[in-house]
This record gives sequence, structure tokens and C-alpha cells, in this order.
Amino acid sequence: MDTAEREKKFQEKIDSGLKVEAKEWMPENYRKQLTRMISQHAHSEIVGMLPEGNWITRAPSLRRKAVLLAKVQDEAGHGLYLYSAAETLGIDRKTMIDQLLSGRAKYSSIFNYPTLSWADIGAIGWLVDGAAIVNQTMLARGSYGPYSRAMVRICKEESFHNRQGYEIMYHLANGTPEQKAMAQDALNRWWWPSIQMLGPSDAQSKNSEETMRWKIKVESNDTVRQRFIDRTVPQAHAAGLTIPDPDLKFNEETGHWEIGEIEWTEFYRVIKGHGPCNRKRLKARQEAEREGRWVREAAAAYAAKQRARAVQAA
Amino acid sequence: MTEKEARFEYLIRLGDNALILGQRLGEWCGHAHQLESDIALTNIALDNVGQARNLLTEAGKVEGKGRSEDDLAFFRTENEFRNNLLTEQENGNFAQTITRQYLFDVFQFHLYSGLCSSTDDFLKGFAEKSVKEVTYHRKLSGDWMVRLGDGTEESHDKMQEALDILWPFTGELFEKTEADEILIASGAVPDLEEIKKIWIEETSAKIEEATLTIPDTMGYMARGSRDGHHTEYMGYILAEMQALPRSMPDATW
Repeated sequence: MDTAEREKKFQEKIDSGLKVEAKEWMPENYRKQLTRMISQHAHSEIVGMLPEGNWITRAPSLRRKAVLLAKVQDEAGHGLYLYSAAETLGIDRKTMIDQLLSGRAKYSSIFNYPTLSWADIGAIGWLVDGAAIVNQTMLARGSYGPYSRAMVRICKEESFHNRQGYEIMYHLANGTPEQKAMAQDALNRWWWPSIQMLGPSDAQSKNSEETMRWKIKVESNDTVRQRFIDRTVPQAHAAGLTIPDPDLKFNEETGHWEIGEIEWTEFYRVIKGHGPCNRKRLKARQEAEREGRWVREAAAAYAAKQRARAVQAA
Repeated sequence: MTEKEARFEYLIRLGDNALILGQRLGEWCGHAHQLESDIALTNIALDNVGQARNLLTEAGKVEGKGRSEDDLAFFRTENEFRNNLLTEQENGNFAQTITRQYLFDVFQFHLYSGLCSSTDDFLKGFAEKSVKEVTYHRKLSGDWMVRLGDGTEESHDKMQEALDILWPFTGELFEKTEADEILIASGAVPDLEEIKKIWIEETSAKIEEATLTIPDTMGYMARGSRDGHHTEYMGYILAEMQALPRSMPDATW
């Protein structure tokens, strides 16, 4: 079978709604795009541990501390799971981590924003995980089997985080005046980055046609973004919080919430490395890698000694 | 000292140990040398915070003044804390964290094992549940002791240095107070003398297997936590942990 014929069969398979599995033939660009996407997602889980980890030692009650620890542990688990999903495409974890540390691989730009108050932990769960769920529910319908199944599993845990995050915000918004101000301030700072997190607008988005045809994505960024807005705005209102957008309005005809213009300049600047915490986040990961080198070397040396001892004993 | 006061002190001691160690381990989150270890350390932190919640809640009930787990965690001052000095020592590098963990895990494991036959229903139930968690912690930290002690020259040196730093803080794990005497008499808690014997035997064997040496401190062992005297680290731990609730004492979270 020549490549054109294989590609045709591949497309037919995708069109018929079947999943592509790890060992099957796939176009090189399909493999490349998925590898990029899954590893980027894995990196986001790992880097995302940092802004939330920032509040573990300062969580204001023991219950909140335990819940936050469990949540960040979940994120590490997602990272592990996603690195494994990417490995099915023929790349290993070490290569992916090297790409992250050298700045060649991206992670979700939202984690370049700081967590300045306890309410930010609520905002991340509610808004960032909320946006992630909407996106990942879409990705769960994608064509690559291992990734799509990972998304189903991860979404379940994210829904839990999302509810916990909203519950933190709701509680603060209905607490003392200082707590309410803290919640509103967090919403003000996290709203637009969360909106941007779902990717460039359809008009600007590269690779869209191919990723849609191959069902790597099954809906466009703007469609997913609108779904996130429609479900989040009423939640803000229910908590008594104000969305920081003077142009926000409900369109009776379409039944959708319409937002003002998105400030894309900031989005691209942060992606290019110039956000409030880009350097800090990358430095933390680089340090973990550097500080961990002797531990990994020792573990390998010990394993080698054990093997040699086993041979000697035999 | 009444039996009630003895129970309160004992519960606070166990609860503070779990809380402060959990707090320390939580600092690692996102910074460990590999994902698997990050998950393991966070998991141990979570188990300890969970144990602390049970113990401090019970302590509040025993005391009978209406204090909750959070009142006890966030609104006590440094000299009211009864955690062992070992638990508050800095994380340092992974060698130091894992050595602290191992020395404490073996202690906690045998203490909880002893509490499983307590005449006190709460302690018995608590210990039966928690000893399962600690069994896993002790296995994990013990394996790392050997792996790093008997790994490379560099890892061996780091582990020996960690052991030299931490060993002097192990003595007061076994110090008894009036509360111990009262509770031993009623069969509520095991005798720390007995735990000490098992602990010495087990840790010495592991340290030898890890090709490490117990340091000679010329008989010096740090002490103080039984009287609320801590090391220089403790003030910073509490400053960080308690800042938010103390800054808004009327708020609920």
C-alpha cells in the first residue's frame, strides 16, 4: 500500500468514528501533532502543581489543606498518565521533560500567573479547571484512543476539583467583607486568562483544518470557549460575584452570553515567555531536575549493584 | 494531672507530630526529583494531615472547651505545640527529608502498633486505621535509606550527613511525661521504653544495611518539645501555617 492509499484508509477509519490505536499506522503529521499536544498537556499538569502547591502550607483550615494536597497529587497523577499516553506515540518521558526544561515545549500559559491569595486556589479550581473540563470533554471525543480514554478518566477528577474550587469561591463570596473582596479580586485577575486559555480565536488559529479533519480536535476554540462562558457566568452571578467585563451581555435570541473583546496581545506575550511567572515556573522545574540528579544516579547505581549481587549469588 | 488532662496532652502530642510533619512534606509538592516521588511525599503528607485532623478533633472533645481541630492547629502558640523536634527539622535535600521520614516512620509505626491494643476506644480505632498508612510510609522511606546510602559515593555522603544532623533529635521521641505514666497504668498507651528497644534494633539494622554509621554525639540528645521548647525552625513553620486564619479571626473557611 502506498502512502496516499494508507492516508485514505486512515481518513475513512476516522470518518467512521473508530479510534486510532498506538500500534496502527498513522500519518507522520498526525503523530507529531498528537505528541506535541499530549506532552504539552502533561507539562501543564506538572507546571500547574506549582501555583497551587504555593498555598498548601498556608491553607486556612486543615480540611482545605487536605483537599488541596489531594488535588495537587491528582495533577501529578494526570501528568504521569499523560506522559505514558504520549509514550505510546514513540517518545520517552525524559525527552519530553528535556523539551520542557529547555523551553522548546510549551505548557498552558495560564500557569504563568501567580497565586496571590487563598481565593486564587478557588479561582483555579473553578475557572482554570472549568475551562480545562470543557476543552477536555471535547478532546475525549477525539480520534486517538489512548488520549481520548485518558481524557475521560481525567475529566472525572477535574469535575471534582472544579466543584471544590467553586465551593471555595462561593464560601468566600458569602463570607466577611474582606473575604468577599478577596474572591472578587481573584476573579478579576483569573477571568481573562481563563478565557484566553482555550486558545486563539478561530480566525487566528493555525492547523485547525487538519486537526479537525483528523478529529484530533472535534470542535473549534471559539465553540469551546463559548460553552465555558455560558456555564461560568451564571455561576459567578449565583455566588454574587461580578465578571470583570463591562461589555458582557446576554443575547436573548441566541441564548448565549457575549463577552467584550479579548486582549490577545497579552496572551501572545505570556506565551512567548513574558508573563508574571514564566521564569519562576521554569526555574522551579529546572531546579527539581538538577537537585534530583544525584538521587536518580544513586537509584540507578543501587539497582546495578543489586543485579550484580544477584548474579554473584546465583 | 487528671486522666483527662493526660489524654489531652497525649492526643495533642500525636496530632502535632502528624500535623507538623505533614506541613513539612507539603513543602515538597511540585519540587521532587521525579513525579513518582512527588506523589509519594504528597501522599505521606496527606495521610499525616488526615491523622492530625482526627487526633486534634478528639483532643478538642476531650478538653471540653469547644476548640475545633482548626482552633488547635491555627490558634495555639509555639510553646503549646508538643510535636517532637524531629518532625519540624527542615526538609533540606532529599537525603535529609527521607532520613527524617525513616527515623520517624519506624517510631510512628511501632507506637501505633502498640496503640492497636489500647484500652481507649478512640486510640485503638485510630491506630488500627492509621497503622496501615504508616506501614507503607516505613517501607518507602526504608527502601530509600538503603538505595541512597548504598548508591553512589555522593548519595552515601549526603545520607551520612543527614543522619549526623538528625540523629540527636531521636532521643526525645521516647521521653515520658506524667501523662505517659497515667495512660500506661490504665493500658491506654504503650510504654515508650519498650518502643525505644524495638526502634533502636530496627533502625540500627537498616542503617547498617545502608552502609551508614550512627554518629557519636558523646551522649548529647536534643530535648525540649515535651515542655513546648522547640528549635529555631518552629516559629517559621507556624508563621506560615497560621498567618491567614489569624489575620481574619472572625472568618470561616
